[in-house]
Amino acid sequence: MSTKEPEAMTLETFTQGLWKDNPVFVMLLGLCPTLAVTNSAMNALAMGLATTFVLIASGFLVSLLRNVIPKQVRIASYIIIIATFVTMADYGIKAISLDLYKALGAFIQLIVVNCIILGRAEAYASKQTPVKSMINGAGMGFGFTLALLSLGVVREILGSGTLFGIQIMPDRFQTWSVFVLPPGGFFVLAGWLMLFTWLRERKSKQEAL
Amino acid sequence: MDPNSPTFIFLNAFLINNFVLAMFLGLCPFLGVSGKIKTAGNMGLAVTFVMLVSSICAFGLNILLTRYDLEFLRLISYIAVIASAVQLVEMAVKRFSPALFRALGIFLPLITTNCAILGLALFQTAREYTFVQSLAFALGAGAGFTLALLLMAGLREKLDLADVPSVARGAALSLMIAGLLSLAFMGFAGLGG
Repeated sequence: MSTKEPEAMTLETFTQGLWKDNPVFVMLLGLCPTLAVTNSAMNALAMGLATTFVLIASGFLVSLLRNVIPKQVRIASYIIIIATFVTMADYGIKAISLDLYKALGAFIQLIVVNCIILGRAEAYASKQTPVKSMINGAGMGFGFTLALLSLGVVREILGSGTLFGIQIMPDRFQTWSVFVLPPGGFFVLAGWLMLFTWLRERKSKQEAL
Repeated sequence: MDPNSPTFIFLNAFLINNFVLAMFLGLCPFLGVSGKIKTAGNMGLAVTFVMLVSSICAFGLNILLTRYDLEFLRLISYIAVIASAVQLVEMAVKRFSPALFRALGIFLPLITTNCAILGLALFQTAREYTFVQSLAFALGAGAGFTLALLLMAGLREKLDLADVPSVARGAALSLMIAGLLSLAFMGFAGLGG
């Protein structure tokens, strides 16, 4: 780590969460919101951005307070910090768009128990400087948003024939309503995981040749 | 059936809107602890118990918060209550049944971050359930979680022997089984209607 250039390290801190350690596809964290709110691309985007906000803000505060918080009560303190920012995000979304707030329901408040955020606070922000924690949080957040979007887009196109509410499939297209229902979430995520496993296997085979 | 009767609320949380398979709550333990039937059963019991305790606490807390106009503190106080409830359960189990304590291991403290429990407290507040309704809701949700965990564990024990293509091994396969189970549970949709 210490041998690399500072800029490269910053970039790596950011991209790590985006692709290599993608919270959903690689680490399989935070699956509850991933599956529950991705029945349309818009919901997925809003949920992803709300989580990103909480990740960045809590990363900053946890890192700032990392020398003040006693070790024994750190998890409880992290959860209180996270809950504070989630409450802010909750009221923020309610003020910006009431329809979106109703569509996401209790899942905005459930960001508190999203293991990605507590995991980042414990594994990264409690050991690094505030700026780096924020960059890492942003990377993880955008990785999470990307994953949510890739599920939301597939489910909305197949399940309702639309994308962000605009119809893109021809009128004759018979919608597969199972994809906007709960089972569809499981199937689409399984599909993406298989695709990534297949890509990884093909890459390692090519390297072996 | 009357949609507000405790029986219907229990059935609704147990089968029709199963917490795991229809509402995607508590997926982490669902995928993590569903390897063996015995552990799955114990985990289900522990979660059901914590659900009951935190449902009762959340009910009392909500009355208090509403009375003093402190609703914005709801989320923070709920999570604090759940964390202490889990701690309490952990101490009680350790004191009265060391064998069960060892069997559950790390999963006991991890119940705190199980979104099914916070979800239960939040839904019960949002739907303005009475005390009896909350109890029925908590019991139904716990039973539903246990049922889903047991079904999944049973299927996965059998699948250990199956020859699965290498791309689908691991998480992808578990998710597909969960999807099929979820499809099956959709059949309960008209129940009690």
